[in-house]
Amino acid sequence: MALPAYATPAQRLWHYIYLVICAFVLFFLVMPLVAVIPISFSASPFLQFTPEMLRFDPEAFSLRWYRMMMGDCSDPGITTVCSDNWKIGAKNSLFIGVIATALATTLGIFAALGLSRPIMPFRKLIMAIMISPLIVPLIITASGMFFFFAKFNLVSTYTGLILAHTILGLPFVVITVTATLVGFDASLTKAAASLGGGPVRNFFKVQMPLILPGVISGALFAFITSFDEVVIVLFIGGPDQITLPRQMWSGIRQEISPTILSVATILVILSICLLTTVELLRRRSERLRGIRPT
Amino acid sequence: MTQTSEAVLALKVENMHKRFGNLEVLKGVHLDAAVGDVISLLGASGSGKSTLLRCINLLETPDSGTVTVHGETIDMTTDKSGQPVPQDMSQVIRLRSRLGMVFQSFNLWQHMTVLENVSEALVQVLRMSKADALDRARATLDKVGMHDRQDYYPAHISGGQQQRAAIARALAMEPEVMLFDEPTSALDPELVGEVLKVMRALADEGRTMIVVTHEIGFARDVSNKVIFLHEGAIESEGAPAEMFSNPESARFRQFLSNALH
Repeated sequence: MALPAYATPAQRLWHYIYLVICAFVLFFLVMPLVAVIPISFSASPFLQFTPEMLRFDPEAFSLRWYRMMMGDCSDPGITTVCSDNWKIGAKNSLFIGVIATALATTLGIFAALGLSRPIMPFRKLIMAIMISPLIVPLIITASGMFFFFAKFNLVSTYTGLILAHTILGLPFVVITVTATLVGFDASLTKAAASLGGGPVRNFFKVQMPLILPGVISGALFAFITSFDEVVIVLFIGGPDQITLPRQMWSGIRQEISPTILSVATILVILSICLLTTVELLRRRSERLRGIRPT
Repeated sequence: MTQTSEAVLALKVENMHKRFGNLEVLKGVHLDAAVGDVISLLGASGSGKSTLLRCINLLETPDSGTVTVHGETIDMTTDKSGQPVPQDMSQVIRLRSRLGMVFQSFNLWQHMTVLENVSEALVQVLRMSKADALDRARATLDKVGMHDRQDYYPAHISGGQQQRAAIARALAMEPEVMLFDEPTSALDPELVGEVLKVMRALADEGRTMIVVTHEIGFARDVSNKVIFLHEGAIESEGAPAEMFSNPESARFRQFLSNALH
């Protein structure tokens, strides 16, 4: 937003104040994430940014917390509890996240397709029920699930956690795919039908590629929801179901170890990569379809 | 060119009825197309001409009436609630691939190039090999003058080019009958000519075509039969020479004078 040449002094002043406010907002949002990164490279076992680090003393920096995260406990500088839990947690989080996302995406697409047909009865009610996990406080969903899942012996099982995370991720997929379907031109599937394509093939060859951007962003939300979910894991997960957020939670409660910051740094970098990839894919598909960025 | 009933008709529509709610859109329409016929369907908006076309390949399910493609009648039955449905959907799907349809708004798939749009159904429906399908798609695009635009995405070419690509997509299936649903209505006036030229060339090849159109000139010069629909029924039909030089129906005269002025 450039300033026009004819702006009055008052307008100029406001323009610069406005820029400063914007900078403060961005600083406030990003700083907690950025602050974590240098401290995670500190050699000190306390969560602090040492004066030696400011002087760029090589002795003050260390990768020991990253090594500890990988389960390497040989470093004599490590004074806190060291275990394989971080590795196990990462593996579990990834495993639960991927399967829950796949389930939520598949079910969510079907649900959105059904809910966007005008002949579907009770559409509003079903939609409201399906997105309720987004609205109901998580702690209530979690305790409800705990009692319900206990009846089916699903507590302390991977199946239980995956199902719970599927339920949490489903609303995101339903919402994004429903929104994409609103813009979908149904005559394109008619064209496919007029050429002799069956309904299933038409869906996969014509409709699915066109609603894919919505599906991908829904799946991404579902994955992130599962990946950083801690409340339900605390309720439903047993001693075996250590996930990354759960490990961070217990890490912070029991001992303050800089390993948490190493994990946080890696997660921040992963998130940036994931979001960039999705954004690049989205731009590519927009370019292909000739929707020019404004 | 109307032949005796002995010859197998390319397309026969009998006593077609269709209603949307309380509105009766088609009130018992008959239509016979011999091989090589070019039939123009004229009529004001809401006269049911597009619905008739969509009922022919069952994109809309007619309430009653039969469609016969080259001697094969689409079997209809009724579902539990008494709604008419095709007895065998696979028969409908098979017959649809023999009825090429060109839509008013092109309906090209935005996520595929022109060449992919044309070759997709050849691979998916006709089970041709990728190489054969691409060969035939290129040859068909050549025919409609779109050879140099084959690698473009639909959003990057003009409406006239999109419609020619859509014609190629239908044509590549080598259908027995081509159905055109107002193929030039969504085009800018200066782009209408290139599409009509392609359609004229197809008619000259002896293709069987049923064309819903507002282009009086095309109906008069290219088609060998003109059908004028009024409120879901055939008001008058005949060879274009008689229909246009000496219109019997007062409504058709009215329609013509509105269309030409």
